[in-house]
Amino acid sequence: MAGKKERLFVKGNEAIAMGALAAGCKCFFGYPITPQNDIPEFMSKAMVDAGGEFVQAESEVAAANMLLGAGACGIRAMTSSSSPGMSLKQEAISYMAGSEIPAVIVNMNRGGPGLGDIGPSQGDYFQSTRGGGHGDYRLLVLAPSSAQEAYDMTYDAFDLAFASRNPVLILGDAIIGQMKEPITPREPKQVDPEEGADWRLIGAPNSREHRIIKSLFLMDGELAGQNRKLQAKYDAWKKMVDFETFEVKDAELVVVAYGSIGRIAKNAVRALRAKGKKVGLFRPKTLYPFPEKALEKLAKEGKRFLTIEHNLGQMVEDVRLSVRKYGDSDLFCVYPGNMPSPDDFEAPILRALGRK
Amino acid sequence: MKRYIDVIMAGFGGQGVLLIGNLLAYAGMREKLNVTFIPVYGVEMRGGTANCTVVLSEDEIGSPIINKPKSLIVMNRPSLDKFQPKLADGGLQIVNSSLVDPVLVEQGGRIRTVLVPANELAEKVGNARAVNTIMLGAYVAATGMVKLSTVEDCLSAVMPPKIVPVNIAALRAGAAYALEQLKGQTPAKVSAKKAAAKPVAKKKPAAKKTAAKK
Repeated sequence: MAGKKERLFVKGNEAIAMGALAAGCKCFFGYPITPQNDIPEFMSKAMVDAGGEFVQAESEVAAANMLLGAGACGIRAMTSSSSPGMSLKQEAISYMAGSEIPAVIVNMNRGGPGLGDIGPSQGDYFQSTRGGGHGDYRLLVLAPSSAQEAYDMTYDAFDLAFASRNPVLILGDAIIGQMKEPITPREPKQVDPEEGADWRLIGAPNSREHRIIKSLFLMDGELAGQNRKLQAKYDAWKKMVDFETFEVKDAELVVVAYGSIGRIAKNAVRALRAKGKKVGLFRPKTLYPFPEKALEKLAKEGKRFLTIEHNLGQMVEDVRLSVRKYGDSDLFCVYPGNMPSPDDFEAPILRALGRK
Repeated sequence: MKRYIDVIMAGFGGQGVLLIGNLLAYAGMREKLNVTFIPVYGVEMRGGTANCTVVLSEDEIGSPIINKPKSLIVMNRPSLDKFQPKLADGGLQIVNSSLVDPVLVEQGGRIRTVLVPANELAEKVGNARAVNTIMLGAYVAATGMVKLSTVEDCLSAVMPPKIVPVNIAALRAGAAYALEQLKGQTPAKVSAKKAAAKPVAKKKPAAKKTAAKK
């Protein structure tokens, strides 16, 4: 092996698993579901080789609670699933957010509601960006659009989770998971063995005072205090917003799209640029925090917007909230079961461009 | 114009279309192109059809999914039925004429077709299962998108070493057959032939050598 410069040709799912491994992930808990099975498949060997633990749990509910337990012990741990399985994990995710337990969670979004289908979808945008379970909380949500981004975002997700003591969600879909692309791996992380030393639960050594990690706050004003603390944390995330822009400078219409749809829309934008159309692309990489200021700035410049999503219109609400002082966003929906190609987007983009 | 091609490869499950899809992608990667590979995504079963889409490009690749492909590798009849109508105008298809009746091939000049009796050629090369690499050899020769030698170098990335030699022979046999077919066709094809001429020129003696080694 020529070392870290060597490019690997892997599925997005494998890239996520490799990114987690390089980030020092030591525990994986999962339950099989299409289209993310390559992740547990990879981890079933990698975790054992890394001296960690791999558990194929009896259910998604169990896997998510194991993740909670590992995180409470300050261990870099991860679970992955797809939409129906994600619904089952939400209770534990709410508890993790409430008790500030770090974890990395992967959702390779498939069609829904219910069991839906196994094709790509962005139907879990609301679930991902609004918390997902009960209560007043948020996850940091990262949306890769390539195998390399899937690797990099997972690689960074563990640091982010521990820095903010909060679950971080990687939101991909069946296209990102199944598509193979070259990736350049990064140097494996040396994780500080003292990570989380001031809060993790490791059995009160040397008779130190015991610690409690919990999400139940019954005393007068206690929960309000906790939730204010959470809110301050979520506000602080805003400086971490990340997004890609393409040809927006002189664009009259900006297409807003994320993940797999983002990269497909980029091709459509490129093709229309070649025909002299003044269109651009804005691709959020963080879905929460949402890059609202950047979009607002574009709106202030007089640009108009078209949101393209693989759902019935979810992110468009965030786009509209972002640009509301100056304008609005049109919406083009891709329905489940369809693998859209750039040609499919050219007509709706031109329609939106032509509308005044 | 920058180098760009997309291809859908389709056949029966077990004919090895996913393997040659990976192989072409590896070759593209080796030649410093951007590449994507995506297998057909659906509820598949044994004995059913399989296909994958490979994109090779100097530019950043937007969609890994292509609805109107610029080229096809058609390994069986159902694949022809499904994908020939989707082939872009001016596109090229390599069709396995061992399993597909040539009368089904679209006439009239909208698309170009190279017929390759891949099963017979694979038998000749000495491994009936090398149908897929015969087809890929023909494809690489006809498009000139990557060098045949690069594809040969990448074989070991997708298969065990002991079957690499017979697959080198298969790639070369497919390439040689395709070039023979393209001889004397319209100018569009001549340019494609030119691009592929280099790797093919040294092929025949080498192919014999490989066969002899076995």
